[in-house]
Amino acid sequence: MKILVPVKRVVDYNVKIRVKPDQTGVDLANVKMSMNPFCEIAVEEAVRLQEAGTATEVIAVSIGPAQSQETIRTALAMGADRGILIQTDAEVEPLAIAKLLKGVVEAESPDLVILGKQAIDGDNNQTGQMLAALMGWPQGTFASEIKPEAGHIGVTREIDGGLQTIKLNLPAIVTTDLRLNEPRYASLPNIMKAKKKPIDEKTPEDFGVDVTPQIEIIKVAEPPVREAGVKVETVEELVDKLKNEAGVLS
Amino acid sequence: MVFALTEEQGMIRDMAQNFAEEKIQPFANEWDAEKHFPVDMMREGAELGFGGIYAPEECGGTGLSRLDAVLIFEQLSRACPSTSAFISIHNMVTWMLTSFGSDYLKEKYGSDMTAMNLIGSYCLTEPGAGSDAGSLSTKAVKDGENYKLTGTKQFISGAGASDLYLVMARTGGDGAGGVSAFLLEKDTPGLSFGANEKKMGWNSQPTRQVIMDDAIVPAQNLIGQEGDGFKFAMMGLDGGRLNIAACSLGGAQAALEQSIDYVKERSQFGQAIADFQATQFKLADMETELQAARLMLYNAAARLDAKEVDATKWCAMAKKHVTDAAFDVTNQALQLHGGYGYLSEYNIERILRDLRVHQILEGTNEIMRVIISRTLLK
Ligand SMILES: Cc1cc2nc3c(=O)[nH]c(=O)nc-3n(C[C@H](O)[C@H](O)[C@H](O)COP(=O)(O)OP(=O)(O)OC[C@H]3O[C@@H](n4cnc5c(N)ncnc54)[C@H](O)[C@@H]3O)c2cc1C
Ligand SMILES: Cc1cc2nc3c(=O)[nH]c(=O)nc-3n(C[C@H](O)[C@H](O)[C@H](O)COP(=O)(O)OP(=O)(O)OC[C@H]3O[C@@H](n4cnc5c(N)ncnc54)[C@H](O)[C@@H]3O)c2cc1C
Repeated sequence: MKILVPVKRVVDYNVKIRVKPDQTGVDLANVKMSMNPFCEIAVEEAVRLQEAGTATEVIAVSIGPAQSQETIRTALAMGADRGILIQTDAEVEPLAIAKLLKGVVEAESPDLVILGKQAIDGDNNQTGQMLAALMGWPQGTFASEIKPEAGHIGVTREIDGGLQTIKLNLPAIVTTDLRLNEPRYASLPNIMKAKKKPIDEKTPEDFGVDVTPQIEIIKVAEPPVREAGVKVETVEELVDKLKNEAGVLS
Repeated sequence: MVFALTEEQGMIRDMAQNFAEEKIQPFANEWDAEKHFPVDMMREGAELGFGGIYAPEECGGTGLSRLDAVLIFEQLSRACPSTSAFISIHNMVTWMLTSFGSDYLKEKYGSDMTAMNLIGSYCLTEPGAGSDAGSLSTKAVKDGENYKLTGTKQFISGAGASDLYLVMARTGGDGAGGVSAFLLEKDTPGLSFGANEKKMGWNSQPTRQVIMDDAIVPAQNLIGQEGDGFKFAMMGLDGGRLNIAACSLGGAQAALEQSIDYVKERSQFGQAIADFQATQFKLADMETELQAARLMLYNAAARLDAKEVDATKWCAMAKKHVTDAAFDVTNQALQLHGGYGYLSEYNIERILRDLRVHQILEGTNEIMRVIISRTLLK
């Protein structure tokens, strides 16, 4: 089984996000960037499938600026075999990403594409679903467990009411949720080995995809600052506030 | 010149930082308070390569550079300078064993050392021989297939808990040329340990005397030749000093970053204390000091990697400058936290206590001046 894992370079999850003063986006100057945590989970799952002997090859692909190569390199250090960088400095929206990934899928013919359910920067939660639609492939989103079987895979999905187990015919698209696995750290020897693994460089034009944004961002703003709480003296006061200030009791 | 790290070095640094944030930071205060030696965490780190960073690959090491090692220790010490420093000592022992030990010794202990299945201590200092380590008096006398070692080592990090002891002992006449290096297993007959010293910092690792009373060591546990010991010990210390400096730098950097957050949140006299120019200038000085220290350290590491003739001087300058600057910056960070900086909960007092000893061990900062001036005046 050949597995394709798209990985995105995003602001590190530990960084305190600051909005640019002109409110056009998030300030990325001098900010630590890392692999999107859900993509890390996707890489980990693919590498585990390879270690279990189910997968034969794991390919990491990233779409973004030249520095996205570092993100691919991280995937290679975790155990992926080779990488593909589709380099562009444009802000690429989910639909264009999905179209580019369709191009990669057609060129590589993987049996399984494992993506993060969303990236922690835009929180779009669209790319996997759009890719499934463009390919006409079955999809298992928000996966907390993946079980490969002959010709298909079982996917346990985290849904509002609990867990749903589905069977997908291959080839298929899976998006990862938080509890699928705990990604490994890339060891020092594997970081050094990753240096020697190949990364193919492409551009959106190679796939004939127009990445011009279709969405206009009007304003990006900080969430309102949370106001300090108050201590109430008595139960009566609490009930009064719940009724008259919070409006949660009538 | 821009001191640019390679892509791999960036990945190494980030990996060490993530490991420190998740596996060390949440527990560091507890390890300090309970005097807990976190062997499990260190073994987990060794699975990633932290046990033999610059040891050769055939012994399970990663064969990285001194600069790579400095990047790792800097990141680990953001969370806990003391534990990070012990991992550095273990690396020094692993490196000496795998660089100068016989094939027999490498075969027997190498891969267990890099995996930290075995943990190593470095035993140079004696009650009567600290700064003047070359005057050490522990004796090693050849006795058939064995050596018999007698003497006491003082302030040995990890002692009692470690499995292997790299001991410098005198096989020949007075002076540095009479010193040889031996590898002792923990249960060597005639080897015992003193009480765990009560100390200001470095509480996540034990410090004990290592006492040898006719300790019987197989002759094949001699590292290199008789008389090589002091040379190895000093070569080990070049890298050790860079690592200790890195452990100071990381601790101070964490203290600075925490202060930047704190002064924005804390308000007095109706405004954030970050809005006082006194605070702003203090932060500016702290940042400048640490960046200068970092450049000095990376530069010294690069020179040791390039085997430059005066690398020892650079390592000594980096050790002195970085450990002093980092201690001062941490002290300022504590000050910026007001009374809260003095409380354990805020981490900084622990970092300060840990960093204090870096100005003393692996050669005091006065001895660093001795080394630097000696090369200037020779
Ligand atoms: C917590 C801890 C852990 C340690 N771990 C280890 C370990 O694992 N292995 C090991 O071998 N050692 C270890 N040491 C020992 C450490 O390396 C020594 O403490 C250090 O080398 C200084 O020796 P000393 O304590 O005997 O001080 P001394 O040598 O007695 O120095 C006292 C003072 O005199 C100054 N001084 C000495 N000579 C000169 C001179 N020529 N010119 C100017 N000033 C001078 C010194 O700078 C210092 O200020 C550890 C020490 C501590 C505190
Ligand atoms: C162990 C201990 C025992 C104590 N015992 C007592 C006690 O018995 N009784 C008691 O009443 N208090 C006690 N204190 C409190 C102590 O007096 C305060 O911690 C001290 O006054 C500083 O106040 P703070 O901690 O709120 O720091 P902050 O006032 O928040 O100061 C934080 C930092 O901002 C700086 N700063 C503040 N204002 C300015 C300014 N205008 N310009 C420039 N810099 C400024 C400070 O110098 C400091 O570096 C104790 C504290 C400790 C740690």
